Amino acid sequence: MSSADTADDGVAKFVQPNRGFLGTVQHWLHVNPALVPLIVLVASIVVFGLLLGSKFFSPFALTLILQQVQIVGIVAAAQSLVILTAGIDLSVGAIAVISSVVMGQFTFRYGLPVEVSIICGLLFGTAIGAVNGWLIAAMKLPPFIVTLGMWQIVLAANFLYSANETIRSQEIAENAAMLQLLGAKFSVGGAVFTVGVLFMVLLVLVLAYVLRHTAWGRHVYAVGDDAEAAELSGVNVKGTIISVYAVAGLICAFAGWALIGRIGSVSPTSGQLLNIESITAVVIGGISLFGGRGSILGTFFGALIVGVFTLGLRLMGADAQWTYLLIGVLIIAAVAVDQWIRKVAA
Amino acid sequence: MEPILKGRGLVKRYGKVTALDHCDFDLMPGEILAVIGDNGAGKSSLIKAVSGAVVPDEGEVFLEGQKIHFTSPIQAREAGIETVYQTLAMSPALSIADNMFMGRELRKPGFMGKWLRQLDRAKMERLAREKLTELGLMTIQNINQAVETLSGGQRQGVAVARAAAFGSKVIILDEPTAALGVKESRKVLELIQDVKSRGIPIILISHNMPHVFEVADRIHVHRLGKRLCVINPKDYTMSDAVAFMTGAKEAPAQTEAA
Repeated sequence: MSSADTADDGVAKFVQPNRGFLGTVQHWLHVNPALVPLIVLVASIVVFGLLLGSKFFSPFALTLILQQVQIVGIVAAAQSLVILTAGIDLSVGAIAVISSVVMGQFTFRYGLPVEVSIICGLLFGTAIGAVNGWLIAAMKLPPFIVTLGMWQIVLAANFLYSANETIRSQEIAENAAMLQLLGAKFSVGGAVFTVGVLFMVLLVLVLAYVLRHTAWGRHVYAVGDDAEAAELSGVNVKGTIISVYAVAGLICAFAGWALIGRIGSVSPTSGQLLNIESITAVVIGGISLFGGRGSILGTFFGALIVGVFTLGLRLMGADAQWTYLLIGVLIIAAVAVDQWIRKVAA
Repeated sequence: MEPILKGRGLVKRYGKVTALDHCDFDLMPGEILAVIGDNGAGKSSLIKAVSGAVVPDEGEVFLEGQKIHFTSPIQAREAGIETVYQTLAMSPALSIADNMFMGRELRKPGFMGKWLRQLDRAKMERLAREKLTELGLMTIQNINQAVETLSGGQRQGVAVARAAAFGSKVIILDEPTAALGVKESRKVLELIQDVKSRGIPIILISHNMPHVFEVADRIHVHRLGKRLCVINPKDYTMSDAVAFMTGAKEAPAQTEAA
C-alpha cells in the first residue's frame, strides 16, 4: 500500500519509525517504565536460585520474602503516589507508627471496641496526610520541608502520647486479636502467606487500576509532570495534591495495622526506617523523583528486589553490609536509567 | 453585526503600573482578529482579561451580548472560550489522547464508569484521532504516544486541535508560531485557516507581521494599555502597522466598524 492510499483512509495513521536496537529498547522502557525493575527482579531471583538451590528457590523462602517486604511494600505504594506528584513524604513511617499506637492505646487505655480503635487509627493517619497536603498545596510550602517537619512532630507526639510504652503481643492476642489480623498466616502448599501480604498485593493492583483508568489517576500524573500546565488544562491541582497526601496517610495507617500483625506488639519505636526504605523501593522501581513518570507495579518490584537481595545474601552467609552496598548501587543505576529514558525522542 | 466577544472600558493595574487603561475590544463572529502591540503594551493583560486568567479592576466583558464575569480560565472554557497558551499547557509525559481530554475526561457508561470511575479510553482515543484528522494532522504516529516525542509543530497542532475540539465560541492563540520553524509555522497557519472555515472566530496574538497580515481579517493595534486603532490589513502595509504600534506614525482617526 502506498503512502497516498493510507492518507485517504480517514483517520490519523500509525507509522512505525525505524529506531534501531538501542532506540527500540529506550522506547519500550519509555512506554513501560516497570520493565527495568521486573527484569532486575527476575534476574536476581534466577541468580540466587542458581547459587543457593532449593534453599532459596522454594515456595517457603520466596513467600518469606513477601512477608518481609509487606510493610515496606505498603508504605512504598503510598510513597509512589506522592512521588508521582513530584513530591516526597518523609513522614510515612511516623504516620504508620502513630496510627498503630492510636489503634493500640484506644483499645487498651480507653477500652474502646477494637474495630472502632482501628477506624480511629486509619482516620488519624488520613488526617495527618491531609494536613501535609494542605500545607503543600494551599500554603505552597516545599514537600520536603513540610514532611521533614511532620516526621519530627508526629514521631515526638507518638512518644509523648504512648509514654514510650509497648503493648505486649500476648495481651493483644488475648483481648484484641483483630489488631493482629494482618499478621494472620495461611499456607497454600509450602507457600506461607499473611493477610498483610494479600493486602499489599491487592493494594498495588487497585492503585495500578486507579492510576491508569480513572481521571484522578491521570491527574496525579499530570500534576507531577507539569503542575502549571495541568492547572491551565482544567485540573484541580490543589485538590489532587491534598487528596494524594491524604490517601498516602490512609495507606500508611494500614501499614501501621500490618506492622502490629508483623511484630505482634504495638511498639512506638518500630518502623523508624520506613521513610528511607520506601523511597528506596520507589526509586529502584523506576518512578522518577521529578514526578509524572513511572508505575506503581515498578515500586512493587522495587520492594521485592530489596527483599530478594536481603534474604539471598543472608542465606549465603554474607555480611549484611553487602546488602546495603548493592542496594546503593541499584539506586544510582535506577536513576541513571531514568535520566536516559527521559531523553527519548520519536 | 453584534460582536461575539466585547470588552468595554477594561482597566487592570498592577501596583503603580497600569496594564490596561480603559481599553475596548471587539471580536466579530467568524473572523480572525490579530492583536499586535509592542512588548509591554498590555496585549497579554487584555487577553487574560477576556479569557478569565485575570479579573479586570474595572470594565465589562460581554459574550454574545451577555455580560460575563469570569474569575478563572476554567469558567471561560466552560462558556466556550478556549485559549492555546504559548507554553501549550500540555503534560509532556502523557499521551496525546490523555492531553486532549485532560480535565474533562470521559467515563464509561454504566457500572464501570459510575462506580469504578473507569475512563472510556477507546472513545477518547477515537475522538482525538477524528479531531486530528479533521484538521489534517495525519502525520501523528500514534494517538498514545507521549507528547514529548512530538515535534514543536505537532505539539502546537495537538494544542490547537484540543482547543478546536472544545472551543465552541472563541479560540485564543497566544504566539502560536513563535517557537516554530518556517515549515512548521506554515502548517500552523493552515490550521488556523482551517479552524476559521469552521466558523469559529479566532483571536491571534503575534509578533510576526507576515503571519498576521497573511491570516488576519482585522488587526487590533494595542498601544499604552488601550486600543489605538483597528485596521484592515488590505488597506495598510506592514511598516504602517509597525509605525502605529510603536507610535512613529499617527493612528488613523477612524476606528473601523467597532
